[in-house]
Amino acid sequence: MSIALGTETPSFELPGVDGDDHSLGDYGDAKLLALVQYCNHCPYVLAWEGRLMALASDHADQGVRVVAVNSNDSARYPEDSFERMKERAEELDFPFDYLFDASQSLARALGAERTPEVFLFDEQRRLRYHGAIDDSRDENAVSRSYLREAIDALLAGEEPPVAETESVGCTVKWK
Amino acid sequence: MIELLYWEGCPSHPEAKALLEQVLAELGRDDQIVMTEVRSDEEAERLRFPGSPTIRVDGRDIDAMGASGRPSLTCRIYHLPDGRISPVPSREQMEAALR
Repeated sequence: MSIALGTETPSFELPGVDGDDHSLGDYGDAKLLALVQYCNHCPYVLAWEGRLMALASDHADQGVRVVAVNSNDSARYPEDSFERMKERAEELDFPFDYLFDASQSLARALGAERTPEVFLFDEQRRLRYHGAIDDSRDENAVSRSYLREAIDALLAGEEPPVAETESVGCTVKWK
Repeated sequence: MIELLYWEGCPSHPEAKALLEQVLAELGRDDQIVMTEVRSDEEAERLRFPGSPTIRVDGRDIDAMGASGRPSLTCRIYHLPDGRISPVPSREQMEAALR
C-alpha cells in the first residue's frame, strides 16, 4: 500500500546513471521533489517518457526536481539492469536523475506498485500528489495533466487540484 | 482461431480485447476470441509468450517483430504507425492480420 498524503519522503542513497550516489539530502534545495517509479522495459513508461522529460525540463528553473527510480528485479528483467539504464538515459539525454534501487528499499518505503507512478513532495518533503502523470497514456487524448497541475498549484502556494489518482502501468517487479 | 494470451500483472489486455472485438465486428467476423492466461515463467516459456497481450491468428503473431522476444511475464511493447510506443497493438496491425 502506498504512503499516505502528508507522509515525509523516505530517506535514500542510491546510485545514479551519472556515476554518483544520490541521497535525499542532495535535493535539499529543491522546492518540489518528484520521485517517479520508473524502468526501461515497460511500454507505459515509454509512452509517458516524452511527457515526463518535457515536464522536468519545463520546471527545472523553478526549483522542481524530477528523479526517476528503477526498483525492478533486473535478474528477471534484464532490460532494467543498471547498464541498460545508463544506455537509455544517455540515448535520450534524460533531463532528470535516474537512480537504481537494487535493494527495492525505496520502492517498499514508498509503497510503490506501478511504473510509472509519481510521488510529489513539497518543500517540507511531505507527499502532496501521488499517482499518474496525466489521465491518458495516449498523449493525444490527455485532458488532465495531474502532475503538471499539482506542481503549478504548489509553486503558487495552492493545493493541488487533484491530490491522488490511480497509476496505470506495469507492476513493480519484486524480487 | 484467434487467441489472446495475457498476464494479469499487465493492465493492457482488456483494452486489447475490446479493440480486437471492435475490429472483428467492423470486418463482419464473428470469431470467438480464445483467452489464455499466462501465470508463470514456465508457462511463458512453454507458450512462447513475449509479453501481454499477445494476439495470434491461426497461430501467427499479429506483430511478427515482437513475437521473437524473450518469453516473460511482462507488458509487451508495440509500435503504432506514427512511431509512438503503446502497450496494445494498433488497429492497423489487427486489421492486417485478420484480412
